[in-house]
Amino acid sequence: MQILKSIWGWFDDLTGVSSWLIPLAKHPVPHARRSAWFYVLGSATLFVFILQVVTGIALASGYVASAGEAYHTLAFISSTRFGSIVRGIHAFGASAMVILIGIHAIRVYLFGAYKYPRQIGWLTGVALLFLTLGMAFTGQLLRWDQTGFWTVVIAAYQAGRTPLVGSWLGHFILAGDTAGGATLSRFFALHVFFIPAFIFFFIGFHLYLVVQNGISEPPKAGRPVEPKTYRKWYEDLLHRDGIPFWPDAAWRDMVFGFLVIAVIVGLAITIGPPALGKPPDPTIIQASPRPDWYFLWYYALLTLIPRWSESYVIILGPLLLIVVLILLPFVAYKGERSPFKRPWAFAVVAFIVFMIAYFGMLGHVAPWSPRMNAPPLPASVVGVASGPIADGAIVFHDKGCEFCHAISGYGGIRGPDLTYAGDRITPEQMETRIYSGAANMPSYNGNITRQQLSDLLAFLSSRRRGPAAALPVSSSSQ
Amino acid sequence: MNPDLIETGTAEAAPCDGSRRRFLSRLTMGLGAIAGALVAVPCVGFLLGLRKVPSAWRTVGKIEEFQIGGTVKVSFRDPSPLPWAGVTARTAAWLRRNSQTEFVAFAVDCTHLGCPVRWLAAANLFMCPCHGGVYYANGTVAAGPPPRPLPRYPVRIQGDQVQILTSPVPITT
Repeated sequence: MQILKSIWGWFDDLTGVSSWLIPLAKHPVPHARRSAWFYVLGSATLFVFILQVVTGIALASGYVASAGEAYHTLAFISSTRFGSIVRGIHAFGASAMVILIGIHAIRVYLFGAYKYPRQIGWLTGVALLFLTLGMAFTGQLLRWDQTGFWTVVIAAYQAGRTPLVGSWLGHFILAGDTAGGATLSRFFALHVFFIPAFIFFFIGFHLYLVVQNGISEPPKAGRPVEPKTYRKWYEDLLHRDGIPFWPDAAWRDMVFGFLVIAVIVGLAITIGPPALGKPPDPTIIQASPRPDWYFLWYYALLTLIPRWSESYVIILGPLLLIVVLILLPFVAYKGERSPFKRPWAFAVVAFIVFMIAYFGMLGHVAPWSPRMNAPPLPASVVGVASGPIADGAIVFHDKGCEFCHAISGYGGIRGPDLTYAGDRITPEQMETRIYSGAANMPSYNGNITRQQLSDLLAFLSSRRRGPAAALPVSSSSQ
Repeated sequence: MNPDLIETGTAEAAPCDGSRRRFLSRLTMGLGAIAGALVAVPCVGFLLGLRKVPSAWRTVGKIEEFQIGGTVKVSFRDPSPLPWAGVTARTAAWLRRNSQTEFVAFAVDCTHLGCPVRWLAAANLFMCPCHGGVYYANGTVAAGPPPRPLPRYPVRIQGDQVQILTSPVPITT
């Protein structure tokens, strides 16, 4: 013990570490009291980032960033006991980091902690938020299964909507004319070197600013921020009522951070990493690429906006969000911090949370996606084993109707449910719709024989509540 | 370090006036910027230098393998795949035989966001699994969000072989 002490004394004499480390650790912070647990979110995000760096390095030591090999190396990593757990930690850690940085941003917004003098702290946080989303996006690609491959293609198509430079930008994302050997290495470098370098930089800057400007005190209604007097007032507050960061505040960071990491590791062990899809072979057409949950809401939003606005929203939507987040601390840099004096702050947060949850759930269900693997309707649904109705049920499946229209729970939900079509519309109306199509339904004019149409109408007309009525067959289809 | 020495140095340099210091600080920053540019130019140039793949005719099968009026998936390889491209060097297309001598090849990428469209033979339609884009057999839009018809690849007949000209991914702009 004595030896360790003297070694430390020698080291400290030559480096002066304790002369800045101890004051830094013990610097006074406001006594947050009942709000103290609100202040653990940023540090938890940092802990999870470190977790991601550690597990990321472990994964990188088994991963080969080659378009032809990456998929196999991931399968190999997943096949080993600890590799599977490390992948699981990295995947759940990614989700945790997105969630935590989101809640942290919401907390800072609700507490008005972005106001003077902490505006640059907010801006570095905004940069970290988008860098984290960039990590989430590129990380999904590195799985380099079928979904990973098509996600690159879809990203290139989205970039393609940019005016003037769209085509170039799209091919820049693909790293060439096609998505092939050159593509994955780019995303690997982005995910492993480029974005993390910026994250390290901004975390350093963010933490420096937290110490430089002091952590924000819990807001109080009727105590607005006045830039002219704030710093002096804050210093007095620390003097009067401050507590040392270490250990009076830091222990909460550690307790919460520990819980977060324990939950992530627990999930990784019990649930495991996300399953690998099919190989990234562009000739396997049976693919239904979906983004991971963090972007499901955006995917849903892009689907549900009016079609004419699509190109604008794809390009301007994210830009507008960035501009709003950047302008916020400059427009609202003073005044009330308490969310109870800024009720619209609650409204904004409620709106954002609702939007992400609602559209995220919609994106999960994806009602707009045809169910192209829907099996032919079983006899129990059709009701008869032969005859026009049974033939019509086969037509209903084979012509792709079932992929968008559900009957008795089978099939897609993109178009209207036709379980009781016979009650709602006449065969004539059905025939008109089948021939003319609609915005989201193809016209079958010239694409269906008289016999098929007659069977289909017989089948659809038999879709009624209660016992099936006698076959009403359209006269025009005879 | 002894602060006196610095002070003395300052005092001695003073007669030389500020212009020497201005020059030295500009020199320092300028050299830094030039060194940065020397490194950045080749790096950025490498990143921006997108890989151009030469077009090439790829045989996808014999004429008699394709039925008139039928649409089938054909696969072919990049003309010059990188050695480590693996399966990603493969490309698919939908090949339709309209008549004895007329073939049409469609890209599999939906013009909406690039998802791979599937051919529903019984329905005579292409359908996209992502947002329900539908195309007729001739590639024109039948329903849903696609802004344009399915792109076509050039096709030719060489002897008894059908060939497709490889092309860049047809990103919709």
